[in-house]
Amino acid sequence: MAAIPAEFSSAPVLPKWVVPVLLLAFAYGVVPLIGSSYLFEAILLPFLALSLAGVGLNILTGYAGQVSLGSAAFMAAGAFAAYNFNLRVEGLPLIGSIFLAGIVAAAIGIVFGLPSLRLRGFYLAVSTLAAQFFVQWALTKFSWFSNDSASGVIDAPRLSISGFALDGAVGRYFFALTIVAVLTFLAHRLVSSQTGRNLIAVRDNETAARIIGIPVLKTKLLAFAISSFIIGVAGVIWAFAYLRTVEPAGFNLDRSFQILFIIIIGGLASIRGAFFGAALIVVFPLALSRLGGFLLGDVFDSGVLDMSQRIVLGALIILFLILEPDGLVALWDRIRRRLLLAWQTT
Amino acid sequence: MALSGSALGLMEASVYAPEVFARGLPASLLSGEQAEGRAVSVEPVAGPAPLLSLQGIGLSFGGVVALADIDLSVNPGEIRAIIGPNGAGKSSLINVISGVYRPDRGHIGLHGIGYAQVPTQRLARLGVARTFQNLALFKGLSVLDNVAAGLAYKVRSNFAGQVLGIGRSREERRDSLNRADQILDFLDLAAVRDRLAGTLPYGLQKRVELARALVAEPRLLLLDEPMAGMTANEKSEMAAFVRAARDRFATTVVLIEHDVGVVMGLSDRIAVLDYGRKIADATPDEVRNDPRVIDAYLGVASDNEALSRNEGRAGI
Ligand SMILES: Nc1ncnc2c1ncn2[C@@H]1O[C@H](COP(=O)(O)OP(=O)(O)OP(=O)(O)O)[C@@H](O)[C@H]1O
Ligand SMILES: [Mg+2]
Repeated sequence: MAAIPAEFSSAPVLPKWVVPVLLLAFAYGVVPLIGSSYLFEAILLPFLALSLAGVGLNILTGYAGQVSLGSAAFMAAGAFAAYNFNLRVEGLPLIGSIFLAGIVAAAIGIVFGLPSLRLRGFYLAVSTLAAQFFVQWALTKFSWFSNDSASGVIDAPRLSISGFALDGAVGRYFFALTIVAVLTFLAHRLVSSQTGRNLIAVRDNETAARIIGIPVLKTKLLAFAISSFIIGVAGVIWAFAYLRTVEPAGFNLDRSFQILFIIIIGGLASIRGAFFGAALIVVFPLALSRLGGFLLGDVFDSGVLDMSQRIVLGALIILFLILEPDGLVALWDRIRRRLLLAWQTT
Repeated sequence: MALSGSALGLMEASVYAPEVFARGLPASLLSGEQAEGRAVSVEPVAGPAPLLSLQGIGLSFGGVVALADIDLSVNPGEIRAIIGPNGAGKSSLINVISGVYRPDRGHIGLHGIGYAQVPTQRLARLGVARTFQNLALFKGLSVLDNVAAGLAYKVRSNFAGQVLGIGRSREERRDSLNRADQILDFLDLAAVRDRLAGTLPYGLQKRVELARALVAEPRLLLLDEPMAGMTANEKSEMAAFVRAARDRFATTVVLIEHDVGVVMGLSDRIAVLDYGRKIADATPDEVRNDPRVIDAYLGVASDNEALSRNEGRAGI
């Protein structure tokens, strides 16, 4: 997969931290004042969870070049682990449960990452399917994981941080936003560190990486661990903050593909790309249903919506792979550069 | 790339079996080996100890014999060329020396320590660096980071320290960037320092690969056709860089190159391979006049040489 980030523009640019800081200020200060509960429940919460999952998968697939179809399994592992830590460990704060859940997901990631030491590309992708099916099977088979609930569906615990309840839509939004912001910042630090450059080296030329003394095996397993940790925490956000229920069926292969599409559309090997891709994946079906309902009226029922969604999304992915393999991020940067230049010349 | 798949599988499955068969080694290298309980026997060797010595190397792929009973010794500080027609086994030999291939037979002696297969992941620490016949840069990294990656074997900070910016990670980064910058200056690459490696023209990418290998200041530098596909001007530039690198870092060089003119001018001794066998091993002048070499290789190659000289003239 071509995953070469776009070159930096030659136009004068703001310091790198300005845009993220402004966005965060907007997300914390302005959005809660103007947002409706529909915006939080239907758009922002799934967007945040999927963005974080995309960031996690991008570390593994975009940066380290290891294709994975097991993302939803790691989300499920995170969600169920957090649920059980929260339920069974007396006095453990919520943040502690979430952190330990990430560790559990990372451990599972390492186990299912072991084939990557031998396999690559298509064969590795197929072997990560094993994670997908195994985790779902185990969660369904052993009712202990869902605290022997008859339906297998369990309610997420109340969200509170040091006694401060975060149960409303806005509260859960703050909860998700904070975790996503912190982990994204750390992920950004990681990919621009020596370890991050090692990931890219292993992706671009494994033999050369080995020859110059990069610990290739360790680097691959580390990529699986870190990626699964982040995806596991994304699973917690998905279950605890967005859906408010935890069930294995929500973390099926479709979800894994969805996250893969997010990073392909958004841009491989780009942290921003995960957010671009997730935004498209979340907003696109809503927009399509509005548009379809407006144009076609009652004919455009949920069956038609579902089908047209798949068709358009499939077409989009093919288009991106052919025309813009570096994703929305590259497209965005190009447009921005054009605008800047146009603005400068006037 | 030619050395994927089976080669890597081979590498990971192998058991390294080094044994000492020469004396006069740096104590640090030796003690490391002995501490691991791998060094077993010591055989005295007359004369100056070669930095690299191959003994009876044999390698075949299925029915194809890539290397047959190759002996080769490389003395410290020399530029040692390996020439021969396409498919003669030159790249295979470099792959054997760098541990990418495990030979079916024979030993590789490095700094006097013998290996059945050279441990690739310790290669950099053993003071060996190499370039590849086909470009093997990290396309998604800048030129600077590609070169700094050549120091990856020295990194001791862990990822948590790097993410949080604590411990020795900052210092390490500063040091490796400094050294990478020095090499970029040395090879006249400073102007493309921040470009993505994959966006450079071919000739420059070749030079960046040399920089990545040189930044570790290796004692042994293996160059697999560093001038392939270059114009005559680029070739002579590259030849000058190789010589300068040898002089500046006291590096021993093993050089594969098809351009006989370049090879004759650059190397101290030349080994000639044909169908996996070594058919000559001597000084440039002797090799030039060796009838077997002329038959097998030079007869064809001199045409190429004349051609590239004409190109050169046209270029000036
Ligand atoms: N990984 C491999 N798998 C199968 N055969 C191989 C492999 N590597 C080399 N060979 C074979 O070994 C022989 C020697 O190849 P090698 O690449 O060493 O030649 P060379 O002298 O470097 O040639 P060139 O000048 O074209 O680079 C060839 O017949 C080649 O097909
Ligand atoms: Mg070759």
